Amino acid sequence: MHTVAITIDDRKLLVDSNQTIIEACATNGISIPHFCWHPKLSVSGNCRMCLVEVEKIPKLAIACMTNVAEGMVVKTKNERVLNAREAVMEFILINHPLDCPICDEAGECKLQDYAYSHSSGFSRFVEDKVHKPKRVKLGPHVMFDAERCILCSRCIRFCDEVAGKHQLQFVDRGDKTTIVTFPGEELDNPYSLNVVDICPVGALTNNEFRFKSRVWEMSFTDSVCTACSRGCNIEVGVRNNEVLRLTPRLNENVNSFWMCDNGRLNSFKNVNSISRIDFPLIKNNNQQTQLSWDEAIKNVVDNLKLFKKNEVAILISSEATNEENYLMHKFAKSVFPENIFAFKHIDSNDQDEVLIRGDKTPNKLGVELLGIEFDDFENLIEKINSNQIKAVYSLDDSFQNSDEVYNTFSKLNFFAIHSNTISKFTEIANVTLSSSTMFEKNGTIINFKGYLQKLTPSIATKEMNRTLDGFQLSRLDKFAAWNDKWGSGPQKNSRPSWKIVMDIANNFGMKLKFQSSEDVFNEMAQKFPHLNGISYLKIGKIGLQIDLEKTNSKVEAI
Amino acid sequence: MNKFLEKSEIKRLKDLTFWQKLFIPEIFKALKITVKQIFKPSFTIQYPEVKFQKPESFRGSPILVEENGVERCVACGLCSRVCPALAIDVQAAETTLEKERYPEKFEINMLRCIFCGFCEEVCPEEAIIMSSDYELSFTNYNDAIYGKEKLLVPIEKVKERLEFLRKNR
Repeated sequence: MHTVAITIDDRKLLVDSNQTIIEACATNGISIPHFCWHPKLSVSGNCRMCLVEVEKIPKLAIACMTNVAEGMVVKTKNERVLNAREAVMEFILINHPLDCPICDEAGECKLQDYAYSHSSGFSRFVEDKVHKPKRVKLGPHVMFDAERCILCSRCIRFCDEVAGKHQLQFVDRGDKTTIVTFPGEELDNPYSLNVVDICPVGALTNNEFRFKSRVWEMSFTDSVCTACSRGCNIEVGVRNNEVLRLTPRLNENVNSFWMCDNGRLNSFKNVNSISRIDFPLIKNNNQQTQLSWDEAIKNVVDNLKLFKKNEVAILISSEATNEENYLMHKFAKSVFPENIFAFKHIDSNDQDEVLIRGDKTPNKLGVELLGIEFDDFENLIEKINSNQIKAVYSLDDSFQNSDEVYNTFSKLNFFAIHSNTISKFTEIANVTLSSSTMFEKNGTIINFKGYLQKLTPSIATKEMNRTLDGFQLSRLDKFAAWNDKWGSGPQKNSRPSWKIVMDIANNFGMKLKFQSSEDVFNEMAQKFPHLNGISYLKIGKIGLQIDLEKTNSKVEAI
Repeated sequence: MNKFLEKSEIKRLKDLTFWQKLFIPEIFKALKITVKQIFKPSFTIQYPEVKFQKPESFRGSPILVEENGVERCVACGLCSRVCPALAIDVQAAETTLEKERYPEKFEINMLRCIFCGFCEEVCPEEAIIMSSDYELSFTNYNDAIYGKEKLLVPIEKVKERLEFLRKNR
């Protein structure tokens, strides 16, 4: 790489000679309006919005396609450029419908923003606008509004270059140009919803989110997706204490700009679902009844005390956060040290080269790094069948569901499980402790290549308060009174697993005094070499790569 | 004013003349005004038997316009956003009609509403307008939250207001 000296708006800059003007500007904090250019896609240069003046080039040049050169002098804000932008905006808006009130993109729309900042707000075009189909289903998740499309081709390039499936293409000419899927194809690649994010206007909309909420009514929390061991960075859109939308957040170390459709659509389904467990449950004569938290914890403790140390199995989960696993492990080591289990449950069929990992558990490496060896699930089954283990206490989703497991677990004398949704296993569990979902708790997870990231709660449970507990607040959250229907929506009576485990451990005589999961993490940071010197503050929103060589345990990166 | 006034310079409002100090002529003066008023036309209205004549621009409680059996509203949420009292709650949903979206839920909390008319002003569809109705009374909180069934008014009944809005756009 060699650098060249260029001048942009009287600023002298040293930039990489391989960059285009727009890239050089982006890296130096100069914004150039653009529609079709995207840092991760090939250059198309069709929107003409990024026109800039380059000295000694007679016409205006597009910044996204023009390479920098030694001694280049670029003007991005002079009158000629501003006039050109205004003209480009006028052309783009000629056939753009006045749809903003019913358009989902309104509020985060590039065209809308630029119409304010780079347009005169007046059109000289008095003829009828071209009409095109407004509701075209391009695929299972994506709806296309041809009128709104400004033909930037970002979605086409995304499918070709990132998703690797050639599914979209332009057809027709002139102002009749539109986007279609290839005959017999539909936009069904596993990353199809990213086209909605990169669409600079509201032409492509998410079928599942369509019309659910206006953008300005939601609050956005930076968190991490837990649908697979990749751990894509996400922004959680919440209104009325309900998750409505997940969108990917830029993190070059993990997911870049993208995330998969499965994570985006399904990873929050359990939060608001009707099968969500809203309180601790106990099973009496095949009837599940509601319990208070104190009663539930007392029940678990009393029951576990009935068994000998080697008759109780503690299950650690790669679906839980590091803090929860650490506390569970700590509790198990001091009270039931004989049978501590953790299992792999890998679904390797569904994976690809882009983002999706075969391992669907978000924190498998985190469990390994705690020094816990993964066991064969058969071992536990065998021990239960041979009556060596009579009681099981398990964190959320620590094993794979199957009929065999179900049958074996129903033989147990006592079975306590952390869970947030009703499943076959909560039905046979003697006590179900309603644990918080990944959207309701703080915690850290480690992805498959050792990248440590932090979950941030976006939904308040009953023991939390959106305002007092430092949540991201929407305007509605800020101003709602207690009796406003639209204020804070239903709050679930669930607790983060680390808190439940701590209560149980304390009932067994341990003296744990953690106030928050951050306290737990700080203790972990002192104990484990790979976490040394790391704090929640250092992890921040982007996360950090931990030094895998520092660990004592064997690390297997699949 | 930093200057201290001499006592003789101070003129008090209560300094009465001799005739005023007597009071009796003053009482008759006042009676004269009263008697005069009796024979002038009165503008007191016998509410609620008689209702007052509202000016065209009068802003009563907001209502939704119903056209061809459906609400005009497209649930864009602009009224909800602009409402300074946060009285309006809209939930949009998809419809097969041309307008694509409609309000699945449209609630105005009449206890919060301050009749400012911003919602009417911001509405891109002339779907929410201020009616002339100002007589709202409730016995409990939930009654004060008007849903779609209470808010929808057929377009024939609000022709006057729409005409007024068109004139003064």
